[in-house]
Amino acid sequence: MSADPWLVLLIGGLYSCAFYMMLRRSLTKTLFGLVLLSNAANLLIFVAAGVTIGRPALVPDGLQAPEGLVADPLAQAFILTAIVIGFGVLAFAVVLIRRAHEVLDVDDFDELKDAEQ
Amino acid sequence: MLLMLAVIIAGAVSAPWISRLAGGRGAFALVAVPVVALLLLGRMASGEAAEVLEAYTWVPGLDVAAAFRLDGLSLLMASLVLGIGVFIVAYAAKYLEGDERQPRFMATLLLFMAAMLGLVLADDVILLFIFWELTSLTSYLLIGFDHTQAKARQAALQGLVVTVAGGLCLLVGLIMFGEMAGSYRLSEWVLQGEMLISQPTSGWALLMVVLGCVTKSAQFPFHFWLPNAMAAPTPVSAYLHSATMVKAGVFLLARLYPTLGAHPGWQWLVPLGAFTAVFAAFMAFRSDEMKKVLAYTTVMALGTLTLLIGMGEAQAAVGFLLAHALYKGALFMLAGVITHETGAKALSGVGGMRRHLPWTWGAALFAAASAAGVMPWVGVIAKELLLESALGHGVWVVVAAVVSAGIVGGMLFTVALRPFIGAPRAPRAPEAIHEAGPWLLAGPVALAGLGLLLGLVPGLADQVLVPAARALGAVDPAALALWHGVNHAFVASLGSLAIAALVWWLWPRTLRWMGTAGWDRFGPERAYDASLGALGAVAVGVTAKLQSGLLRRYVAITLLSTIVLLLSTLLLRGDAVVWPQFSATISVPIVLAAGVLVLAVLAIRLVDALSVALILGAVGFGVSLLYLWFSAPDLAITQVMIETLTTILLVLILFRLPRMRRLSSPSQRMADMVLAIFGGGIVSLVLWQVMAAPSPVSISEWLIARSMPEGHGRNIVNVILVDFRALDTLGEIVVLALAAMGGYALLKSPPNTGERES
Repeated sequence: MSADPWLVLLIGGLYSCAFYMMLRRSLTKTLFGLVLLSNAANLLIFVAAGVTIGRPALVPDGLQAPEGLVADPLAQAFILTAIVIGFGVLAFAVVLIRRAHEVLDVDDFDELKDAEQ
Repeated sequence: MLLMLAVIIAGAVSAPWISRLAGGRGAFALVAVPVVALLLLGRMASGEAAEVLEAYTWVPGLDVAAAFRLDGLSLLMASLVLGIGVFIVAYAAKYLEGDERQPRFMATLLLFMAAMLGLVLADDVILLFIFWELTSLTSYLLIGFDHTQAKARQAALQGLVVTVAGGLCLLVGLIMFGEMAGSYRLSEWVLQGEMLISQPTSGWALLMVVLGCVTKSAQFPFHFWLPNAMAAPTPVSAYLHSATMVKAGVFLLARLYPTLGAHPGWQWLVPLGAFTAVFAAFMAFRSDEMKKVLAYTTVMALGTLTLLIGMGEAQAAVGFLLAHALYKGALFMLAGVITHETGAKALSGVGGMRRHLPWTWGAALFAAASAAGVMPWVGVIAKELLLESALGHGVWVVVAAVVSAGIVGGMLFTVALRPFIGAPRAPRAPEAIHEAGPWLLAGPVALAGLGLLLGLVPGLADQVLVPAARALGAVDPAALALWHGVNHAFVASLGSLAIAALVWWLWPRTLRWMGTAGWDRFGPERAYDASLGALGAVAVGVTAKLQSGLLRRYVAITLLSTIVLLLSTLLLRGDAVVWPQFSATISVPIVLAAGVLVLAVLAIRLVDALSVALILGAVGFGVSLLYLWFSAPDLAITQVMIETLTTILLVLILFRLPRMRRLSSPSQRMADMVLAIFGGGIVSLVLWQVMAAPSPVSISEWLIARSMPEGHGRNIVNVILVDFRALDTLGEIVVLALAAMGGYALLKSPPNTGERES
């Protein structure tokens, strides 16, 4: 349990960095904010479910169920899905930004808004 | 009773097809629908019982039943709805003949009829409320039938807003009474009247119910929607004003009178009704348009009915209701005939039509005579009952009744006579004006004739009015009579006839001065317009503020609201906020966490996109090491793979992009930083509260125990992904496939697409 407060602090710090990046005018920086945000959110679920050291959720040979306490497998399953979906979203956003550069030659949301009008 | 409703609804559903039969003449066959329902009603009412109850289970869990009740009052109302409905359907079939929208119109009209019939027959108040709202909805469609006209749309919306707002109040009131009584049946409320009145909140509940009734029945200050509703086609106006919709509010007041009439607040209906009657009579006097005059006289009649129910004069109320339904239905249809044949809408624009429209003239005279209370029409009985009731309640009620009845009588004679006397003049050439056919005239002639018949043979009217008055709690209603001898009521009646004559003489002489629009600058309709306008302005203002089109504004607003909401919840929820205790012992995860955080902060400081991409890769690897340390090998493996792919992707795409620039001002960056730090801080704080709270029962235990026996896998995380929550994984694959397809399409489309569009 001793590392928990530090992990909580790390998650808050990652969120802060992600928020800051998403508040920028640059498209690319917003994209980086997205990367940081998905890492922070995954860690948040992971830590909120409670962390365990040295006891992965595996059933040993010859047994029907693990003995004693193991890490929460449900939270891990959720995060696994989230990591992959996060990658999908990121890949699409990267292509979108590249396209914005290609067609409009901008990396600024303000200019992008003007280009719409 | 369910059968009657079923007949009409079936008629409504099949109306579009039936109307198209026989080259568009099929609409005439729809007259059979209300006729069949009327026969069913007659068979049911012929029994000996004073009231018939009929209940079907509907939503037993919510204590809502499809319960119906046929007693004297609902019999009177249902006969009016269906009886006048027969003529309205016939009239509408002819009025809109050849119009391609007729099938739709007939269907809506029949639905409206079904809703009104259900309303008057309902015993369960929730059922009543549903029919109540259905009449609002269907009348919205009918008033706005001419939807290409802005005026019709506005009038329809106005009627809907006013009556539905009142309907919501009504629902509140009905539920309050329902909870007090422990039942949602009107027939059971009657037995508990005293108990309901003695409840401390009964005043509020009564106010809510009355609000619903007075908005529906167009009492001051909610009267304005009704005159505007004349934008509807004539058959709708005639139906709406005579037997349906606006009578619903008065009907419900009458229904509740035996239960709640002894409540002290009930008395307030008297001044409300009296004021509405006088005010509406005055407004009618100011009007020139035929339908508008008729609409204001309806408001006056509704005010009078509210007045009578407020005083508890059961027999006068039902008598007035019947007489009004007959003459108002006739007059509206006749006004429609005049407009239809001559093209005139304003009274001042038409005259001398007696030779061209003799039947119309005759029927109009009959109806107006009944309305003004001339011997021997049924209207005179109604008027004397009204005046007699008023005499028992003080001078000012008598004055209000005499004045309003007098003005309205004079105005209705104006409507019924002025188009026919004098030199012929009309918008259309006199040679082109022909008397309307039997389909248009059947209704007005029949209704006007009935007004005379019931006056001559009052015993016929007694057949329906006495049971109706009994249902309202009248102990021993006297038989109606045409002649009561010379008494106070007779004198008052003569007084009102004198006022009618004065109005007849004054109207053409003062119209120009009275009718000027300057008077309309004040009044509740302006308040309605102003409040709708203000609502729109607020919406536009808020949208302009919030929807700036800039992503970072949206992020900032979302973040700020989240911070405020979470912080206020933390402070307000009562439990003390738990603060983490940091241990000084350095361990591996602490070092890892510190490293990741330092890298993340470095990433936001740099301006070279490639370097940032690489550092973000390092952050991801750091996180995967944390997963590994805390017993999550699967997560660590996935994270490493995804992080590698992400870094490759970013580098591949981004190395072509220009260097990032500092776009924001330093003060902006500082403000963003403060907001971001607060946002992250609140996340940490809430997360710590969650972890400090006792953990809830988790379904993980269940999954761990069944992974091997049922999922046949030793890696529990994998079993969850591919077995227990396989649909989640399928969704994940779909998202990836969509992202891949979208990305591919974006990369492969020609580079100048965007420019061509802009």
